[in-house]
Amino acid sequence: MTRLIEARGLTKLFPGTRALDGVDFDLERGEVHALLGENGAGKSTLIKCLTGAYRRDGGTVALDGAAIDPRTTADAQRLGIGTVYQEVNLLPNLTVAENLMLGRQPVRGGMIRGRAQSRAARDVLSAYGLSIDVTRPLAAYSVAVQQIVAIARAVALSGKVLILDEPTASLDAREVAGLFRIIRDLKDRGLAVVFISHFLDQVYAIADRVTVLRNGRNAGGGRTADLDRLALVQMMLGHELHAVEGTRARPVAPDAPVAAAFNGFGKRGAVELFSLTVRRGEAVGLAGLLGSGRTETAETIFGITPHDSGTAQAAGRPASLRNPREAIRAGFGFCPEDRKTDGIVGELTVRENILLALQAGRGWSRPVARAEQGRIAADYIRRLDIRTPSAEKPVGQLSGGNQQKVILARWLLMNPDFLILDEPTRGIDVGAHAEIIRVIEELCAQGMSLLVISSELEELSTYAHRVIVLRDRAQVAELVGEDVAAERIVQAIAATPAPAPGHATAGAA
Amino acid sequence: MSARFLPLLATCAIFVAAYALAWMQYPNILSTRVIGNLLTDNAYLGIAAVGMTIVILSGGIDLSIGSVIAFSGVFIAVMLRDTGLHPLAVFALLLVLTTAFGLCMGALIHALEMPAFIVTLAGMFMARGLAYVLSIDSVPIDHPFFDALSSSYYLLPGKGRFTLIAGVMLLVVLAGSLLIHRTPFGTRVLAIGGDARTAGLLGVPVGRTIVAVYGISGFCAGLAGIVFAIYTSAGYSLATVGTELDAIAAVVIGGTLLSGGSGTVPGTLVGVLIMGLIQTYIVFDGTLSSWWTRIVIGALLFAFIVLQKGLLRIAEGGARG
Ligand SMILES: Nc1ncnc2c1ncn2[C@@H]1O[C@H](COP(=O)(O)OP(=O)(O)OP(=O)(O)O)[C@@H](O)[C@H]1O
Ligand SMILES: [Mg+2]
Repeated sequence: MTRLIEARGLTKLFPGTRALDGVDFDLERGEVHALLGENGAGKSTLIKCLTGAYRRDGGTVALDGAAIDPRTTADAQRLGIGTVYQEVNLLPNLTVAENLMLGRQPVRGGMIRGRAQSRAARDVLSAYGLSIDVTRPLAAYSVAVQQIVAIARAVALSGKVLILDEPTASLDAREVAGLFRIIRDLKDRGLAVVFISHFLDQVYAIADRVTVLRNGRNAGGGRTADLDRLALVQMMLGHELHAVEGTRARPVAPDAPVAAAFNGFGKRGAVELFSLTVRRGEAVGLAGLLGSGRTETAETIFGITPHDSGTAQAAGRPASLRNPREAIRAGFGFCPEDRKTDGIVGELTVRENILLALQAGRGWSRPVARAEQGRIAADYIRRLDIRTPSAEKPVGQLSGGNQQKVILARWLLMNPDFLILDEPTRGIDVGAHAEIIRVIEELCAQGMSLLVISSELEELSTYAHRVIVLRDRAQVAELVGEDVAAERIVQAIAATPAPAPGHATAGAA
Repeated sequence: MSARFLPLLATCAIFVAAYALAWMQYPNILSTRVIGNLLTDNAYLGIAAVGMTIVILSGGIDLSIGSVIAFSGVFIAVMLRDTGLHPLAVFALLLVLTTAFGLCMGALIHALEMPAFIVTLAGMFMARGLAYVLSIDSVPIDHPFFDALSSSYYLLPGKGRFTLIAGVMLLVVLAGSLLIHRTPFGTRVLAIGGDARTAGLLGVPVGRTIVAVYGISGFCAGLAGIVFAIYTSAGYSLATVGTELDAIAAVVIGGTLLSGGSGTVPGTLVGVLIMGLIQTYIVFDGTLSSWWTRIVIGALLFAFIVLQKGLLRIAEGGARG
């Protein structure tokens, strides 16, 4: 029997880049196939060429032995290939049901049968344990719910192949488990699943085979069972990973000056009021499940959701934090989690995006000199290993992970006294994780204070001096010293099983 | 569904409240006579505004409709004067022309990735120019069939007249509502208005839909031109200057987001009626200059944009809940 998909010599050129350079890719029936590689390796480009979102510049693709050349994603859908793309979700202005059923609505006499459509949508979602009002606009739900809806739509469309480009980035452990259950189910039904992720644990948990790309070329692959982690990482990076050692940050002197302090601070109804003191050079971790109130805490501190109780101090002086401008003036910075929507200006160049906040902070009357801009941009491109042919490339043309590094650079460069990072390593490849952690440690050594929200507990415990654990929108534990370890954090998160509120209502964390 | 129709509810509430206020001052305003006139006087605007709603929902704009309406009037008048064609044949010919005109603009917008603003601005000059070419003077229409059309109405209790053209307008609103809110095509339009790139990746045929949307707008503008010709019994190339802006105002007052992707067709009808009501009120008052219409419409537009911002903020707040 022929392979389900057989792609040979796929090539895709962008001005100045060879995103794919003769890539081969095979997909068998009934397998879960992981596609791995660094940020910018060409993973997203490969699946876009397979699914008609891009036209390939060279190579052949065969589905079931017959050559195919989908010109649009609708063509690919008709061929039975359902896809969740990395950078797009769905349409927030349409209802959940419309999003799910777009293109295959139940019609009678040319008219959509609204009830039947809602019923079908509810049926689809119930397989994911999601019972939400499907007649509300998608925008009314959290990022995680939107992601599940996007996956549900792709699954429903995939008669033969399901492609998921970093689908788990905004899902919590329970939701990932749910997704994996569905993937295994599809696999048992003979579908093939292509799965892109930077989480190697997930790859080992679900994938049968892997294909690794590097710089737009095949860099190896094989059965997951035959490949150990080190070999896999080496294939991805082209060299060995310089392990992130537990260079546990030196304890911060208890008499170090206070960088930021909050007292009974918060917004009633959003998160429980909290008190928190962060000293100069200290990195405080914020851990908890999705929906535990981590992002909400950060957003209240930064004035995105204005607080209504308590007081705040910055560098020893009372600070007013009613909106982000005031927070920036108080010396705060915030690098948001949802970098897809918050902060990337796709048409501006890498350099302009990196310098955006710095320039805005100085006011437009005092521009940063052009040569200086170039120097700063080049410096951060190097430090964060941003893969771009030049600093003058529009950010929208970078790979997803590299766009995130650009936003990260923007805030690191601001050099605030107190920086909040929301999931700084999400969507970023294993190699670059180490770079980012090194940068975080450097910043602390220079005296910056950090509040880092992260689900990567192993990493968090390498650089955080202190970890605060949130559950159900309240602080439940504070771990210091020897307790700052992944197992201890997990225990604290799970100490008493949270009364399940149903993840339909769980907000973005 | 409730969230989607919230702005429509707001518009209806404002309409009812405004009507009640006017009624307290001038009880006559609630007669079938006034209501009949309200519908008749705004029939052409209502039809054009339905086309405009669909274009705006798709994330575009059509600035050509005022000129197309004027061209239609002149075209009908000149054809009836110079050829022996039956008015119905002329109507059919005209609708084919204006629809094709819209389709061409849509094709240009899609194929050249040009802003709709520019393309339809060019279309606006072209249609007006073509009207001048046909005739610079006002051409009266004198045809028995035409007279029959303009004098056909249904007598309402209370001596009000529900005219043919008012009926056509209501039919167009109904058809537009069904098209947008009940068919897969309508969902495609809303999807594109939300985010054309994402819609494309979800399998929506973006190009085809955009071209069709401008075709529909061209058709509506042609039909509005026919109705306007019946209403005025003449064709004049300087008529309906700025009607596209009135239509946009009606669409926005009707609760449609100018940036696309959200809004309703019935809301536009209410928007047109609110604008007509202000006009009627000023006529009843007698002392106010008609410029007050413009000022009140300006204030209303402003209020609606603020209202939309507020609603949007609430919706976004909900998204983080
Ligand atoms: N639309 C585009 N225009 C120009 N260059 C592009 C475009 N899309 C992608 N590229 C380039 O192609 C290369 C591969 O990008 P791709 O998005 O496939 O990476 P990726 O493997 O998915 O990375 P990530 O893990 O960060 O998502 C990158 O160098 C990127 O800059
Ligand atoms: Mg990618």
